[in-house]
Amino acid sequence: MRDSPVHRLPAQCKVVALVALALVAVAVPRGRWAAFAALAVLLVAVVALARLPVLLVLRRLAVEAPFAVFALLLPFVAAGPQVRVLGVGVSGPGLVDAGTLLARATLGVLAAVVLASTTSARDLLGGLARLRLPAPLLSVLTFMLRYAAVVADDLRRVRIAREARGASGDRLRHLGAVAAGVGSVFVRTYERGERVHRAMLARGHRPGTPLVEGAPARPAAWLAAAALPAAGLLAVAVLR
Amino acid sequence: MHVPDGFLDASTSIATGAVAAGAVGLALQRSEREVREAGAPLTGLTAAFVFAAQMVNFPVGAGTSGHLIGGALALVLVGPWTALLCLTAVLLVQGLLFADGGLTALGTNVLLMGVVPIVVGSLVLRLVLPLLPRRPRSVVPAAGLAAAVSVPAAALAFTGLYAVGGTVDVPLGTLAAAMVGWHVLIGAGEALITAAVVGAVVATRADLVHAARHLRPDLVLVDADGRRSAAPSPGTAPGVLAPARPARRPLAVGLAVTAVVAGLVSLAASASPDGLESVAGALGFAGGAQESAAASSPLSGYGVSGVPSPLLSGALAGLLGVAVTVAVGAGTALASRVLGRARRSTRA
Repeated sequence: MRDSPVHRLPAQCKVVALVALALVAVAVPRGRWAAFAALAVLLVAVVALARLPVLLVLRRLAVEAPFAVFALLLPFVAAGPQVRVLGVGVSGPGLVDAGTLLARATLGVLAAVVLASTTSARDLLGGLARLRLPAPLLSVLTFMLRYAAVVADDLRRVRIAREARGASGDRLRHLGAVAAGVGSVFVRTYERGERVHRAMLARGHRPGTPLVEGAPARPAAWLAAAALPAAGLLAVAVLR
Repeated sequence: MHVPDGFLDASTSIATGAVAAGAVGLALQRSEREVREAGAPLTGLTAAFVFAAQMVNFPVGAGTSGHLIGGALALVLVGPWTALLCLTAVLLVQGLLFADGGLTALGTNVLLMGVVPIVVGSLVLRLVLPLLPRRPRSVVPAAGLAAAVSVPAAALAFTGLYAVGGTVDVPLGTLAAAMVGWHVLIGAGEALITAAVVGAVVATRADLVHAARHLRPDLVLVDADGRRSAAPSPGTAPGVLAPARPARRPLAVGLAVTAVVAGLVSLAASASPDGLESVAGALGFAGGAQESAAASSPLSGYGVSGVPSPLLSGALAGLLGVAVTVAVGAGTALASRVLGRARRSTRA
C-alpha cells in the first residue's frame, strides 16, 4: 500500500466523507453538467493527492461497464419528445437522463475506488468499529476478511484436483463435479469455523470481547475529510 | 447485479438503507444465540465461503458458465438470520473494499440481494418442504426452487424501488418485463447451481445443512419377532439413515416438482417475449413516429385483454415441454441401455 495524506487519514473519516460525497453526487438534479464536472474535478484531485496509478483507477472503474450499457440504451426506450442525434431519433429527456445516470454512477464508483484503494482491510475494520458498526457484524467481517483468501485457496486446489481428473468444468455434465468441489469446500469451511472458535475459547477468548478497535480520529482529520463533501456541496449550490 | 449509485434518487437510497439496517439489526438480534454458541468465526467463514464461491465458474449448459449470487444457497446452508449477516458482510466488503456496487446504494443492495431473496426463499422452503418426503435429500429440489423464485423476485423488487425512486423515466411495464424476463433465465441458472451444491453437501454432511436439520426420517426399529415400528430420530444423532421409503416416490416427486417449476417458469417467461416485443415497439416508435412515446406506453399493451389466455397457454406449454423432455430423456436412457447391452453382447 502506498503512502499519502489520503492513505494516512483515519478510515472512519474517509468512509463518512466519501459516502457524503456520493450522496451529494446522487442528489445533484438532472442535467446540471457543471456541478457534475466540479464533483469529478474534486474526486480527480483526491486521486492525484493519493497518488493512485491512473491505470488502476481506470481498471477499477470498469466495474461500472454493465450499467454504462444500460445507460446507453436508455435514450432508445425512455419516453418523451424526440431529438435527432447522428441521424437517429432518440428520446431527448432520455438522453439527458442517461447522461445524468452515467455521471452519478461514475462519480459514485470513483468515490468507492478512492476509498477501496487507499484503505487497508484492517484500517477499514477499525474505522467501522469507530463508526459503531454492531460488534457481532464487525467480528463476522473480521473473520470473513481473514479467511476469504484461505477459502479461495481451498477452491483453487479443488479446481486443480478436478481438472487433473479430467473434468475441465466447461460442460454441463461437469456441473456435478464442480458443485461437489464447492460443496466439499463448504464442509471444510464450516468445520474450520468450528475449530477456530474452539481454539479461541481454549486460549481464553470470551465471546463478546471486541476483536478490533480503531484509533480515534483527531478533529483536524475530521475537518480535512469534511472539506471534500463541503466543497462538493458548495460547488453544486453555486454552479447552476 | 450490484446496483450502482445514481439509479435511485437520494431519498429512496436513504430509505432503503434504513430498511436494510433494520433488517440486519433484526438478524443480529435473532441470530445472537446461534452466533454465541457456534461462534462468530463460523458465520465469518461462511461469509468468506459465499464471497469466494461467487467467483467460481459453473457450467450451466449451452457452453456458457454462470456465477452464484448465493442468497438462496446461504439461506439453505446456514438459515435465514445467519445468511443475512453473511450476505451483508459480503456486500459491505464488496462495496467498501472492492468498489463493487455504489456506496449510497449499499442499503439497496443489501435489500435486493440479501433481504428479498432470503424472505422469498424462506417462504418457498416453508411451502415446498412439507410437500416432499421427510428426509434430507428433499432439501435439494426445494433449494433449487427457492433460488429460481428468489432471483426474479429480487428483479421485481428492483422494479418496485425504481417505480418509487427511479431517476430516469422508463416505461415501468417495459422495465418490469425486461428485468423479470431476463432474471427468470438467471434464476434458472442459479437454481441449477444452488441445487447442485446443496446436493453435494447433503450427500456428505447433511447434518450441516440448516434447512435439512428437521428432516431426519423416523428410525425403523425391528424387534426380535421381526415387527417393525417407527421411532422419531434423535435430533443430535450424527449421520443420516437410509430412507425407509419405497423407491418409486422420488421419481414421482421429482416429476411433480419439475412440472410445478416448469409451469411457473413458463408463466413468468411468457412475460419475456412480451418484454422484448415492447422494447422493440418502443424502439420502432423512437425511430419513426413523432408523437409522444408515452401515449403508446407498453403498459397499455399489458391491459386485461391479453392476460388470461397467454398465461394459461404458457403454463400448458411448460407442462407439455416437461412431458416431452421426460419422454425424450426416458427414450434416450432406454436406447443407450439397449445399445450398451447389444455392444457388450457382441464384444463377449
